[in-house]
Amino acid sequence: MLKDITLGQYFPGDTIVHRLDPRTKLILTMVYITALFMANVLPAFLLMIIVLMTCLALSKIKAKTALKGIKPVVFILVFMTLLNIFFYGGDTILIQFYVIVITKEGILRAVYMAVRLIMLIVGSFLLTYTTSPIALTDGIEKLLNPLKKLKAPVHELAMMMSIALRFIPTLIEETDKIMSAQKSRGADFESGGLVKRAKAILPIIIPLFISAFRRADELAIAMESRCYHGGEGRTRMKEIKTSGIDYAAYAFAGIIVASIILLRRTGLWMI
Amino acid sequence: MKGALSLPLIRTEKLTHTYSIGTPFERVAVLDVDFEMEKGEYLAIIGHTGSGKSTFIQHLNGLLKPNSGRVFFEERDIHDSKDWTRQVRFMVGIVFQYPEYQLFESTLYDDIAFGPRNMGLSENEVHLRVMEAAGFASIDISLMDKSPFELSGGLKRRAAIAGVIAMQPQVLVLDEPTAGLDPQGREEIISNINEYKRAHDATIIMVTHNMEEVAKNVNRIVIFENGGIVMDGSPGEVFSQSERLLEMDLSPPQATLIAQQLIKLGLKIDKDIYTLSQLRFALNKLQSHKNN
Repeated sequence: MLKDITLGQYFPGDTIVHRLDPRTKLILTMVYITALFMANVLPAFLLMIIVLMTCLALSKIKAKTALKGIKPVVFILVFMTLLNIFFYGGDTILIQFYVIVITKEGILRAVYMAVRLIMLIVGSFLLTYTTSPIALTDGIEKLLNPLKKLKAPVHELAMMMSIALRFIPTLIEETDKIMSAQKSRGADFESGGLVKRAKAILPIIIPLFISAFRRADELAIAMESRCYHGGEGRTRMKEIKTSGIDYAAYAFAGIIVASIILLRRTGLWMI
Repeated sequence: MKGALSLPLIRTEKLTHTYSIGTPFERVAVLDVDFEMEKGEYLAIIGHTGSGKSTFIQHLNGLLKPNSGRVFFEERDIHDSKDWTRQVRFMVGIVFQYPEYQLFESTLYDDIAFGPRNMGLSENEVHLRVMEAAGFASIDISLMDKSPFELSGGLKRRAAIAGVIAMQPQVLVLDEPTAGLDPQGREEIISNINEYKRAHDATIIMVTHNMEEVAKNVNRIVIFENGGIVMDGSPGEVFSQSERLLEMDLSPPQATLIAQQLIKLGLKIDKDIYTLSQLRFALNKLQSHKNN
């Protein structure tokens, strides 16, 4: 079912990770990604794995759910791994078959890159799994606030993003409903060649677009009738606040980054 | 109505459906439902939002697969083979809530013809069915070349219903077919449905909140609560238990409530009253008794 798509889905909870200020989570996710690419020695890399595992454990997100996010990129993952195996080069030749040369370095490189990509995806999904879309856009808006001085439409962008996020589940549900209705009229989405299948999508796409426009229209009217006029002077019901756990998280991240820099310096077990 | 001789047309056995299994959003929608209905019945399903009635009806033509339990059509499991599931889909036509939002073709004619064409019928047969369905839905032939999006709300709704009727299903399932329409629009749709039932000896299942509509038309009521059937019987049987209905936050028809109040006040009238005309008849009778 379409309902089971996890793209940008939020799993409500009340763990330390859930309670962090969304700004903290956004910044730390970026730090995490940078650190992931800085970790070019094995000990540092292992440290990053431990960090990710700890965060997952703290957020009480099941490993199965966390790995679900990888599904859409499996193809890229496999492709990249194969490229690395065949074309990385290196000296320790394991198999040689005409032009195909597989080296130990290539295989190591492939494994390392694949794990890094998986960690990248799982890590960033952790952000959306533990932060509600509203908190997330609030965080982004606050973080980008300085840009307002440069006349960037920060509030508008954040509002657009929260509306988009808000409507993803609605539109998924709508698609499900339309699909059921058309299936009841004998529509067949599963069989036939490419052209037939592409044609079969029309009975879903057209009603979906029409309903999306209708919803946009209704939302605009609803916003206007509640006197929405942009970000100027707008207050919030829930102010996001940086608290003790956020400082602790920053300190924790600082220590990790420092250790990675130190481990890099040693240059031992380079990968 | 439950004759011992005739076989049930639709039967479910311990039907259970759970959404989003294995996620924090897991929710049991329908639990262990045993249900039977015979050909020619006119059934109303009543229940609150989230009582499982919409999930239940989507099992009847195999749109949803039960997590456990089985669904039978003419005593054959509808998931027996892919072919049979597809056949059942044409024999059990479901009209969803707000069906006007599924219209998509460029002309009304093509939209109504979508179902019959999917059945693989000849264009001749498709034409006959479209015209007949348009007739049942009281759609003027002159509108057939118009875009369905130009029509009024009530007409759009009837066009969408015609799209299902055109498949000539033996069982017509409608999920709140009159929701959001004005009284005239409602009456039109109900009479369209009744007409189709008469002409094809069809079996009707109607999900609804409107007790007055139920009282006037159906011969059996099934009430869903928390994913199961809690009441099942003729309108008389169900409406006579008005306390139980009110406990579930469902209200019996106005006429029934008035009649029950009058009986409490000591008037001697029939207690099986659930339409206004029955109430009027009973009061007239009482009046003429007095006059005599």
